[in-house]
Amino acid sequence: MLTLMIFLPLMGFVVNGILGKWMPKSLSGWLGTATVLGSFVLAVMNFMELSGGTPEIASINTKLFTFLSVGDFHVDFAFQFDRLSAVMTLIITGIGTLIHMYSIAYMHDDDGLYKFFAYLNLFIFNMLVLVLGSNYLMLFFGWEGVGLCSYLLIGFWYKNVDFGKAARKAFVMNRIGDLGLLMGLFLIYDTYGSFEYQEVFRQVFIGTADSTAVNTAIALLLFIGAMGKSAQIPLYTWLPDAMAGPTPVSALIHAATMVTAGIYLVIRSEAIYALSPFAREIVMWIGLATSIMAALIGLKQNDIKKVLAYSTVSQLGLMFIALGCGAYTAALFHVITHAFFKALLFLGSGSVIHGMHHEQDIREMGGLRKKMPITYLTFLIGTLAITGFPFLSGFFSKDEILVSAFSHNPLVFGLALISAGITGFYMFRMFFVTFHGTYRNHHHPFEKVHESPLLMTLPLLVLAVLSVVGGAVNLPHYLGEGISGGLHHLLSYDGGGKFSPILMYPEHVIELSHTAEIGLLAMAVSVFVIAFLYTRNKYVVKGAVPEADADQQGMGKVLSNKFYVDEAYDVAFVAPLEGASDTLTHYVDEKAIKSAVDGVGKGGFGLSKMLSKIQNGNIEYYLVYMVIGIALLLAFNLF
Amino acid sequence: MSLLNIFNQVEISHYIYLSTVLFAIGLFGVLFRRNAIILLMCIELMLNAVNLLFTAFSTYMGDSDGQIFVFFIMVVAAAEAAVGLAILVLVYRNTRKTDVSFLDQLKG
Repeated sequence: MLTLMIFLPLMGFVVNGILGKWMPKSLSGWLGTATVLGSFVLAVMNFMELSGGTPEIASINTKLFTFLSVGDFHVDFAFQFDRLSAVMTLIITGIGTLIHMYSIAYMHDDDGLYKFFAYLNLFIFNMLVLVLGSNYLMLFFGWEGVGLCSYLLIGFWYKNVDFGKAARKAFVMNRIGDLGLLMGLFLIYDTYGSFEYQEVFRQVFIGTADSTAVNTAIALLLFIGAMGKSAQIPLYTWLPDAMAGPTPVSALIHAATMVTAGIYLVIRSEAIYALSPFAREIVMWIGLATSIMAALIGLKQNDIKKVLAYSTVSQLGLMFIALGCGAYTAALFHVITHAFFKALLFLGSGSVIHGMHHEQDIREMGGLRKKMPITYLTFLIGTLAITGFPFLSGFFSKDEILVSAFSHNPLVFGLALISAGITGFYMFRMFFVTFHGTYRNHHHPFEKVHESPLLMTLPLLVLAVLSVVGGAVNLPHYLGEGISGGLHHLLSYDGGGKFSPILMYPEHVIELSHTAEIGLLAMAVSVFVIAFLYTRNKYVVKGAVPEADADQQGMGKVLSNKFYVDEAYDVAFVAPLEGASDTLTHYVDEKAIKSAVDGVGKGGFGLSKMLSKIQNGNIEYYLVYMVIGIALLLAFNLF
Repeated sequence: MSLLNIFNQVEISHYIYLSTVLFAIGLFGVLFRRNAIILLMCIELMLNAVNLLFTAFSTYMGDSDGQIFVFFIMVVAAAEAAVGLAILVLVYRNTRKTDVSFLDQLKG
């Protein structure tokens, strides 16, 4: 059943990839959706078996075959459905189903629709391998697979040169991170002699490594991999560019699932990170820096998807803060709620783009709430959830991160609170400019703006409900001990001591007193209120419209140019590399190698031209040559 | 004195000199004459120089292998002469001469 769950999307990929060209579009779409839905149903059944079965088990395991076997080195192609994988699988297949369904309508007039669904199915398969593999090599397999699908889907409209470049950028940036991950894997094997999670963590637990330095090195190398996939400083610049892909791709891959692979990797390797406070400290500060920087950039973006992209980077930064503070549950909790509301926001923006016929600039919109009531309502819920409106999902998960930051270091709490506050500013700015005010687009008449079809609004409604109630998976303990901390119990569940839990070490979270916690909540809520009132006053009451990028002054100019990070990378890395390539092309390749190769050719040609003269058809000459040849042979033999 | 004894009385070096001279005559004939008939004759001469050497050594060593070889060479030489002359007849019909320079017309 586990195997079928993983391979259903692969079957969808194969069928759509081979036969899709000759299938009607709706069949391709529904086939792609059905395979993921099937996976979701199987995932729910597996989850029931895992948590409800007696006797209780740590995981459902399946070994398909031996992946690699060289000398003492054996790696199995095996899957392990434990409580962490279960949570990830439910998100991937659940949200995946909704987004597949949405794509049927969103992509209906695209000729490459079957290709699109084939890639999406392949992505789901690889993502499942990533989270369900029972060893680090399987994780790496899936890790590379999702990277490939991400590349294919960002560059889906490959006829646009810029989109192709964005895809290439994403791929190359990810390779840098992958190199770190790969070296981390080598170090794990070198230290612990295995790739199997259970074996590695058992050895980490009993302390096979000679020093904590090795664990720190492993943790940091794995984090480099996570930086690439989860878009953290310094490898984050690919994610905003990845918005070149179709919007459902942004929702599924670049918001809800693939970019959280880095978080998954760190939670999975909790045993290693637990032994290295230094590595955790690095993770936390990088997350913090990324979170604030991306939030600031998000303030001045005018492309609806770019705002959401920077918001994603910022939220991923928050998750890494939680990981760095040792609050793994909080991070996973935010992964779940973020998957709900960010998928909702992306799909909502897709609905807007669809209704506006591929207009993405929020300055060209305005007043859309009258024309797109369902999109408006669901987008509002998503915005409220991400900005931390009390008792929506984002409120609980973000507050848990803030509480863990506070118990770790009040300074970190302060900075994280600022980052969370900026979220309110850029999200409400975008929301008000898009849906309120007056319509500003002169090329596309307001009458032609339309609400999206049911296939698109239905996923929006489902995700909106999830964004509201999603906090229920891990309610804070001040709401009552019986109903709270569901996710925490899931991750630290050990079957009454029968097996080791996902989180082998206690989490580094100090239980705050209720007054302190409510004080922190009050601060978070007041930041939310300030953001809401300020942006409402500016964009709704005064009806301001964001300036064009070219008119920005001072700090705004720096922000709308994204801190010139891309330009700096161009100067620091791209230009020297291109210069070196140019030098090699012009001097080494064209001058040296080309002339050497040409010389051999020309020399051979000249020699044969010379030699061909002796074949003149005069038999006397031939005979002379023959006699000379025989004489020489004899001479050699004799002397 | 039997015939065989006469042969035995001649020293082996004389046979070698004779066949070397015959071979050289044939070789120079092949190299410097242009008439195809003479060329064929010269080739025959060279082959027979070799044959002579074979038989001489065969007697000298008391081993009949050399003489068996001579039969083979004679068979091949006869076949070669037959083919060569047949070609020559055809060439003569076409060109009215037996000069080997016609062969340069075969060049593609």
